[in-house]
Amino acid sequence: MIKKDDASQNALALEKIGVVFPASLGSGDVVALNNVNLNMKDREFIVALGASGCGKTTLLNVMAGFIKPTSGRIRMKGKEISGPDRSRGIVFEDVMGPGKDRGVVFQKHALLPWLDVLQNVAFGLKLQGVGEKERIKTARENLDLVGLKGFEEHPIFQLSGGMQQRVGLARALTSNPEILLMDEPLGALDAFTRETMQELILNVWHKTNKAVFFITHSVEEALFMATRLIVMSPRPGRITHEYNLTFWKDFLEKGEARKIKSRADFISMREKILSIIHGEEEPEF
Amino acid sequence: MSPKRKTSNKSKNKNISIITRLTAWWGAFIGRQAQGKKEKSADEIDSFGAPGSGKSGLISVTTVLIILVTWWISTEQSWVPPLFLPPPNIVWLKFLKISCTPTYWQELQNFLGLASATPPECIGFNDSTLLEHTISSLKRVFSAFVIAVVIGVPVGISMGMSRISRGVFDPPIEFYRPIPPLAYLPLTIIWFGIGDLSKIILIFLACFAPLALNARAGVRSVSIEQIHAAYSMGASPRQVVWHVVMKGALPEILTGMRVAIAFGWTTLVAAEMVAAKSGLGVMVLNAARYLSTDIVFLGIIVIGLIAYAFDLIMRWVERTLVPWKGKAS
Repeated sequence: MIKKDDASQNALALEKIGVVFPASLGSGDVVALNNVNLNMKDREFIVALGASGCGKTTLLNVMAGFIKPTSGRIRMKGKEISGPDRSRGIVFEDVMGPGKDRGVVFQKHALLPWLDVLQNVAFGLKLQGVGEKERIKTARENLDLVGLKGFEEHPIFQLSGGMQQRVGLARALTSNPEILLMDEPLGALDAFTRETMQELILNVWHKTNKAVFFITHSVEEALFMATRLIVMSPRPGRITHEYNLTFWKDFLEKGEARKIKSRADFISMREKILSIIHGEEEPEF
Repeated sequence: MSPKRKTSNKSKNKNISIITRLTAWWGAFIGRQAQGKKEKSADEIDSFGAPGSGKSGLISVTTVLIILVTWWISTEQSWVPPLFLPPPNIVWLKFLKISCTPTYWQELQNFLGLASATPPECIGFNDSTLLEHTISSLKRVFSAFVIAVVIGVPVGISMGMSRISRGVFDPPIEFYRPIPPLAYLPLTIIWFGIGDLSKIILIFLACFAPLALNARAGVRSVSIEQIHAAYSMGASPRQVVWHVVMKGALPEILTGMRVAIAFGWTTLVAAEMVAAKSGLGVMVLNAARYLSTDIVFLGIIVIGLIAYAFDLIMRWVERTLVPWKGKAS
């Protein structure tokens, strides 16, 4: 029996990652991440939680390969990451119209409004040169998975926020990545849709066996979904606390998300995390 | 301060207030008509909504009618001498007269196999029919516009994509853009002669800046999330440019085209000022020389209508090609 090296078994291994953005006008060097160590195993659902500016998104960008860390190394299955590729799919927060006739036009969107739902989901496969029949078949399967059957031909900008988020998820899944990186995907949704989407994402994750790195501002969301919760803190961005959680398991076994979220152990955990985050938000003079 | 003075002030304002009231009443009347009788108007339901919301189409039609009627009455009643303001019916007759030339009429007759005397009212203008003037103007504007699109859009895209290109093209474009075309018209004539080339180059320059600058803005409007998402689905940089950046920039490119064709058309009269044989601009200028105000009016109306048609066409193109505009990006 050959025992494999630990690092090669990890879906993603981050060692002493540091990211420093060089000084710009009016500010010195910004240490976005300092000495971050994180091992992500297969099928893990890691949720990163923390106040704004704690480096969550920088960390996600490092994982995706968009930012090269200033120090430390990041490996996927033992192989150094040198840039973005389709083994790590991304889901962004998507908010696109339909505003009222003079409604606010949102800036943040990752879906392509000139393509309909099906074309958006099949877009990755098109880039990879997969034949049309094949890519439509795969795209349909994934639309089915996120509950969007029957919406194939709809234009993106006429969908509700929750549906756009489903399209984003289906699109990321269609490239069949090993890891899903989700950058606050539910941030723009109303509270009700948000809970539905949390359950949907957990179910999809359970069915597809992906490893997930998920960023959120919501403590409740983090506790409910994470197999492992990492709490980050700003200036410099770093991981301060880690928790292994099992609330997700209770949900997948029994359902009843609301019941889990109002359980005493859930609430006490929530207050604990909140006090940690608030403690760190005290201004440092 | 005395009560007497107050009243005199009041009477001075009386005229104005009557006009204001009449306008308001007319607006409300038209508004109600537009909304239908059973429904309440948008103003009544949502008094605190976005300023100026609701339909305005019928009001616009009414405005145009009022202008036409005022034109007709003021000439009919001889309030204004016809040299300054020709009556609408005279302009209409002129339109019929210059819509054909004797040769044109003859050819038409021959073509149809008929033989009849040339009607005396077929005079044309400068040996060309109105249609020929219009076509030679459209030819100039369109050839300049097409060249400007072919060069300006790629230049704008490259300005959005590369700092080197931006550094190179930004100073010259930003320098010449605010200069009125009339100011560099003499230069284009010295350089490119008095033929069609100098005219096309003048119109080209007017079209180029808005095309390039809007294409550049379009590239910048593509969100970083769209680009990152494409990369993480295995896109190559080239695919990102082609499938994401170019398509994302399309709404702004079309806006640039809409602005550019209007600019080019605006520059037309200036371009045709020197040594043009035919064209709407030269028609207006020559007519003014002989104080043929009716032809000046006719030319202005045709120029205006064509510009409006351009805008309608471009808006239709926008609605068809980029229905997501204003809803995303």
